[in-house]
Amino acid sequence: MTGESQSDGVPAEPFPVPPVSFTDAEDRDLVARRFDSADEDAVAALVSMYEDFDPGMRAQGIPPVGEDRIRSWLSTLLESDGYNVVVWDDDRAVGHATLVPDGEDQFELAIFVHQDYQGSGVGTRLICTLLGYGAVEGVGHVWLTVERWNNAAVALYEKVGFETTNAESFELEMERDLSTADVQTESTG
Amino acid sequence: MTAVASVNDAAKAFARPGNVSRMKVLLGIGGSDDSLDALERTVERAVEAGDVLTVAVLDNPESERDAETVIEHATDVLEDADLDADVRHLTGDPGSELVHLAESEGFDQVVLGGGERSPMGKIRLGPIAEFVLLNSHVTVTLVR
Repeated sequence: MTGESQSDGVPAEPFPVPPVSFTDAEDRDLVARRFDSADEDAVAALVSMYEDFDPGMRAQGIPPVGEDRIRSWLSTLLESDGYNVVVWDDDRAVGHATLVPDGEDQFELAIFVHQDYQGSGVGTRLICTLLGYGAVEGVGHVWLTVERWNNAAVALYEKVGFETTNAESFELEMERDLSTADVQTESTG
Repeated sequence: MTAVASVNDAAKAFARPGNVSRMKVLLGIGGSDDSLDALERTVERAVEAGDVLTVAVLDNPESERDAETVIEHATDVLEDADLDADVRHLTGDPGSELVHLAESEGFDQVVLGGGERSPMGKIRLGPIAEFVLLNSHVTVTLVR
């Protein structure tokens, strides 16, 4: 799958590897980096992003509401043997994508982009960078669930190669095999 | 009414029309963790509120515990709480059997587990909960 004809003009593959510097559709200079969970300032910035997250954009109960619940939820993501990429506008965290191991040699994916940065290509850059990161780290099978009415999210997942595996419930299940992904190993950051 | 009623009071008034406090509650559980959590919490509430509780044990092919194990566990939990409640094993299609029982025997409320969590914490409802939510004419509570 190639990504030349996408609506936001951001190609999908080859997936880049973080750090990735880019300018979004609103001319903001942003960078997608591997997340360092030992950096307390970075964790605080990520918590702030989620505290300010539009509650209408929550998906299946996450992110939770309130600093304590957000920190507790994030700690399960950051302390797992998974992979996290955060998009930064200077020192402000504006997007976060994560691969969490499911205990069966597969990874669950989720992506969150702050409402001020949606619709400007940030989500595409972020998910592609996470998939590039995962691919070079040897991640194979990736899956996710998405509420079936969330057309924007479903379109993004399809664009980066996810296919629907179960459409029989409130949530769609989608998956993709990263071992076949085309990765651009030269960093652009 | 002279004082401002708290949200809690309002909720109680809603749940207890005409000061009738006890409800006839049908709890449907399979063998998943959220079912067992719902059992604990529903028994706790039934003891406090004086609810008349029936526990329906469902055959959930997706769960790791079989119906017999769940029935034994439910019986233990009820004994520990000193609560007298029917425990029934519902065979056949779990969602439709539960809805049928709730409606045919005049229950006020159906209670179910609130769904499993994915590794990243997303709430996932199983097919039984989805069926009951969409089909039940009796109020449904999901325990979170």
